[in-house]
Amino acid sequence: MTLVVTDLTVDHGAIRAINNISFRVEEGQLAAVIGANGAGKTTLLRTLSGLTHATGGSASWHGTELLYSKPEKLVRRGVSHVSEGKSVIPELTVKENLHLGALWRKNSDEAHATQEMILDTFPRLRDRLDQQADILSGGERQMLAIGRALMSKPSLLLLDEPSLGLAPLLVAQIFQSIRALTSQMGLTVVLVEQNAMSALKIADMGIVLNRGRIAASDSSVHLIANPQVRAAYLGY
Amino acid sequence: MYKFLNTVLIGITSGAIYSLMALALVLVWRSTRVVNFAQAGQALLSTYIGYEVIQNFHSFWLALAIAMVAGAAVAALIDAIFMRTLFKRAAEGPIAGVAPIIATLGLLGLIRALLGLVVGGKEASIRPPVSNIGFTISGHTLAFSPLKLLIVASVLFLMLVLSLIFQHTNVGLALRASAYAPEIARLAGVKVDGIRTLGWALAGAAGAAAGMLQTPDGNGALSPDSLEFSLLLVFGFIAAVIGGLESLVGAVLGGLLLGLVLAFVLIYISGSLVFITAFVLLIIVLLVKPGGLIGSRRGRRA
Ligand SMILES: Nc1ncnc2c1ncn2[C@@H]1O[C@H](COP(=O)(O)OP(=O)(O)OP(=O)(O)O)[C@@H](O)[C@H]1O
Ligand SMILES: [Mg+2]
Repeated sequence: MTLVVTDLTVDHGAIRAINNISFRVEEGQLAAVIGANGAGKTTLLRTLSGLTHATGGSASWHGTELLYSKPEKLVRRGVSHVSEGKSVIPELTVKENLHLGALWRKNSDEAHATQEMILDTFPRLRDRLDQQADILSGGERQMLAIGRALMSKPSLLLLDEPSLGLAPLLVAQIFQSIRALTSQMGLTVVLVEQNAMSALKIADMGIVLNRGRIAASDSSVHLIANPQVRAAYLGY
Repeated sequence: MYKFLNTVLIGITSGAIYSLMALALVLVWRSTRVVNFAQAGQALLSTYIGYEVIQNFHSFWLALAIAMVAGAAVAALIDAIFMRTLFKRAAEGPIAGVAPIIATLGLLGLIRALLGLVVGGKEASIRPPVSNIGFTISGHTLAFSPLKLLIVASVLFLMLVLSLIFQHTNVGLALRASAYAPEIARLAGVKVDGIRTLGWALAGAAGAAAGMLQTPDGNGALSPDSLEFSLLLVFGFIAAVIGGLESLVGAVLGGLLLGLVLAFVLIYISGSLVFITAFVLLIIVLLVKPGGLIGSRRGRRA
């Protein structure tokens, strides 16, 4: 199982957001995608999950062609996406948000086991199961959004800025949880982040996007050591 | 004393029917964010179908059931064939907000015109399935008959069933998720298009029930340009807005409140003020509490 993206190009009308990029993420790896605002990170994830249509190229996961398919189909093939911003439904309870991710799963015992694992990792959600999600703090919402995506039993997890709007201490904590959970479940992860350093620290590999093109792609250890990347994206 | 009691009873009965229409409007609003003015036309069409069943099989109950199924089917077709295409074609720009509303107004006119062509000036009426003669207590005849009791009970029953579906089933969860956040719902694997059509179908059935119950409670007459059905739409809409547009319970409470207020105006003040009161109430609610009188946080969920 490998995520293979080849010559991918995505346009928003006249704006070319992703310009002919190719990369691979091996099974079980966590890839961090970093880059400035407007670099095309969100567009890349939305294209991989079927929300946005590509202009050209191909992308496949585990033999499934990802482009030109619908998100509700792809989630059944193991692709789960936590979109940018707090990807929860505030009008529903915490439990309903989680349950939503597993609606299409036939095996409810299995879904229940997944839920227990998520609640063990994010105990704050357990205390609030029957409350409406709009009372959750930013961090708790992010935990819930990730939890909802995991309830769909993914093999490929796409995360768009899980650190958005969180206090630095919480960022470290969430990232540790993401790493622990995805390793435990054997997931392949594409993690889009502004918080480049924190992301690279938990990642196996990193991809630097610049105006829709790949500026650098390497193991995260190498990227952190790369002087140009440090200067441009890690801020020292 | 009896005058007061009778006013309350009249208000509850007419309010119950407004509630049903409000339920139908809220269901479509909740599942697709469309204010469906065609609902009156759909209800009228379904009631005509019910009328045909009564003519052939002489059973009001069978007619009610078939009218509700037909109402659901018509609504599902409208959404799947017409609204879905419209949403894809007019997805962006200023037209995206207005197109669906204009479309449902157009549909309303179309359904009525088609019905006019088909049934023409033929007289049609539905007789009450049970007596519409008021109960009597100690010599006084109340403005509450077995028929009215039946109407109120049916509305409460339907509200209960719909609330249970929405709050306690997987389909209900999918319906709510699709309405609140279609993108997140799709990412979670919900087939949003089909779920929306289901929301329309439930609404179509509720609207059909409103038509079938209202007609024998009035003078029984049915016509393609029926004023009663236009009023049903207007009052149902006002009830839905009073209830906050989002909540099934709110729709029912909004309908009952509107029914009561209008009954008191009718009986204690003047029949000529009923309309004005309804619209003044609508405007006051919109200005003072646009979220609806009953659109509380908890109410919103139910
Ligand atoms: N729906 C859209 N319509 C038009 N242009 C868009 C749309 N979405 C994104 N863009 C444009 O595409 C480019 C890439 O945007 P994208 O959201 O993918 O960037 P990003 O890397 O996620 O940025 P950020 O870090 O700010 O979230 C930007 O120039 C943006 O303005
Ligand atoms: Mg982004």
